[in-house]
Amino acid sequence: MSGRGVASLVLVVLLALLAPARARAAGSGPLRIGSKRFTESYVVAEIACAVSRKHGVEVVHEQGLGGTAIVFRALEQGSVDAYVEYTGTLATTLLGRETGEPAALREALEAKGLRSSRPLGFENTYALAVRAADATRLSLRKIGDLAGHPELRVGLSHEFVGRADGWPGLSARYGLHPTVMRGLDHALAYEAVARSEVDVLDVYTTDAKIARLGLTVLEDDRHYFPPYDAVLVYRADVTTRAPEFAVVVRDLEGSLDAEVMRRLNARAEIDGVPAARVAAEHLGVAPAAGTPSGSGRRTLSAGLLASVARHGPRHVGLVAVAVVVSSMLGIPLGLLAFFRPRLGALVLGLSGVFQTIPSLALFCFLIPIFGIGAMPALVALTLYGLLPVVRNTHTGLASVPPELRETAQAIGLSPFERLRFVELPIASRTILAGVKTSAVVAVGTATIAAFIGAGGLGEPIATGLSLGDVAMILEGALPSAGLALLVQAGFGLLERFVVPRALADVSSSAP
Amino acid sequence: MVACLQMSGVSLEGVRKSFEGREVLLPTDLAIRAGERLALIGPSGSGKSTLLRMFIGLVLPDAGRVRVGDIEVTRETAPLVRAKVGWMPQDGGLFPHLTAAENVTLVARLRGEPEAKNAARLRELAELVHVSPALLERHPRRLSGGERQRVALMRALFLEPEVVLLDEPLGALDPLVRARLQDDLVTVFDALEKTVVLVTHDLAEAALLAHSIAVVHGGTIVQRASMRELRDAPAHPFVEQLLGAQRSLAEALA
Repeated sequence: MSGRGVASLVLVVLLALLAPARARAAGSGPLRIGSKRFTESYVVAEIACAVSRKHGVEVVHEQGLGGTAIVFRALEQGSVDAYVEYTGTLATTLLGRETGEPAALREALEAKGLRSSRPLGFENTYALAVRAADATRLSLRKIGDLAGHPELRVGLSHEFVGRADGWPGLSARYGLHPTVMRGLDHALAYEAVARSEVDVLDVYTTDAKIARLGLTVLEDDRHYFPPYDAVLVYRADVTTRAPEFAVVVRDLEGSLDAEVMRRLNARAEIDGVPAARVAAEHLGVAPAAGTPSGSGRRTLSAGLLASVARHGPRHVGLVAVAVVVSSMLGIPLGLLAFFRPRLGALVLGLSGVFQTIPSLALFCFLIPIFGIGAMPALVALTLYGLLPVVRNTHTGLASVPPELRETAQAIGLSPFERLRFVELPIASRTILAGVKTSAVVAVGTATIAAFIGAGGLGEPIATGLSLGDVAMILEGALPSAGLALLVQAGFGLLERFVVPRALADVSSSAP
Repeated sequence: MVACLQMSGVSLEGVRKSFEGREVLLPTDLAIRAGERLALIGPSGSGKSTLLRMFIGLVLPDAGRVRVGDIEVTRETAPLVRAKVGWMPQDGGLFPHLTAAENVTLVARLRGEPEAKNAARLRELAELVHVSPALLERHPRRLSGGERQRVALMRALFLEPEVVLLDEPLGALDPLVRARLQDDLVTVFDALEKTVVLVTHDLAEAALLAHSIAVVHGGTIVQRASMRELRDAPAHPFVEQLLGAQRSLAEALA
């Protein structure tokens, strides 16, 4: 088979690997319910999915799309149709402040073609909690009740101590002057309260551990904390695409209180039950097909294999397409940079700038243009891959000795012939090294693409990070490290075919 | 005179050249008859390399005219001229990624010359310049300095050019190799009757290889004559200096 035949075959295979992503990016089809990367968001999204199915609405869960910036953009752009958000976050995003009149929020959403349900019933905001025993003994119900008990030792997360709208404001509002106050890591604060090292701590109202440790959350009777009510935000056009969705929204409204949410979070987070199963249990329905059933953790080796089988092809596809495209763009740009030095400085500068943009930020910038999924990931990976290719092409050409360049001209080669038969072959080793760098970088960067729903080996890494599950992180991290090594080795092999033998020997035997 | 029709003389008429405001070449004339061999000799920076490069349009003059045969060398005609001229630079200028044979036949192959013809020409030239078939399969870095120059000479002669330009062809070789190659060059040039212009800084080499010598100094040709005339009637102080610098072995032993 000719070289060109092989190349086009490779391209077809790569595109086939990415096909599912592109199919999903199309407008119609099932409704897509998004979630952010933390347990509660997964669980509530699964509940929304299950309720939708109950009403005959076809849905898919676009899970773990990273933070607010990413999911909200995806919603605006239409890559997801609905997700659960908190009113305080919506107000911050839309109005630039944490508290907003429901009417103002509604109007701001409306302007973007979005709607919001009424509160689902639970709030996820800061609160103070005490051990249930103390609450009973000292009849503590409201934060104000603490003012009469300065002897209770307070342990607060560092963030809460530092924020102006955290402890400083709270203690002033309620007149709290505890004799002992310590800053603690949020995770350790629960340990500390369980071992009676502190008596009062700051919590998020739906933290799973509240339920497990039997803590009492004190009521914010003076409304110091802004409301962070969970609501379902969705695209206004959803109700025309799936009229039953209005029923789904109504069903969800007011259906989940903080107590229930804590319990569900605990099932998922502490017991390790998959979110879809937690949702099904809660609603008393059968889990959707394909939901993993076991609540136990898999062994690492089984997990690794499953992870490679599930995410590997997509990861390789992302990397391969990105590398092919950045080479196809980068080598001509490198040539341009070499033959037009002034333009070249600009090209090199620009591709350098892309490299300095943090990858997550670059992914975010691309969402309004390309939505979520494989497309923005490919664009970002391609942009990152550009610099090494452009720079090495430039360097490789610059390394061709001027005498040889002159000789090529003197013996009558045309500019194209000089490039094709003299300069590029001599530069080939350096250019290939640039492509290799680009590929290795892409293997790593592609793991971050999971945050915008592109899939790949970043999927278990991101999920594992949000769940604090080291084994799951390794299921993504180890294969991607292995892939990086494989890519290195693969390029070693490729070098034999691309780089003229005489040149390949030179550097290995040269002093 | 059938042979003469295939050969071209070359000439420079009033050529001048400045690089970045510095005059490297004052107005200079030089004519070389078809079949004549001329050596340009002078110190580094005298402008001799610039003169040589003008014949194939690697350097275009600011003023004046360059001719190769009946073609005036300009940016446009340079490709045409290069097809008629063989070029052999100081270190051979062989491309490191090609074998000796590939280097020699590169242009012919790109111009679509039949493979059989190329193979025959390769054998013929290898014999002429004393390169063994085994050497032809090697890459340049596996050739000695002298072997490289022989291969470079084969490349310069491959397409039967009318004119051959050599830029310090033997400058980097050790004396024994150099002497042998000088003899071979004379034999080859005598046999082929090419028009030859070579740059050298060695007066003895110039005398051996060329019919006449042009002494370049300070951006122009200060004397153009046969070796005998130069010795008997140096026309410029620099020519005397140059002659005085050529020490004989006898002188060194005295």
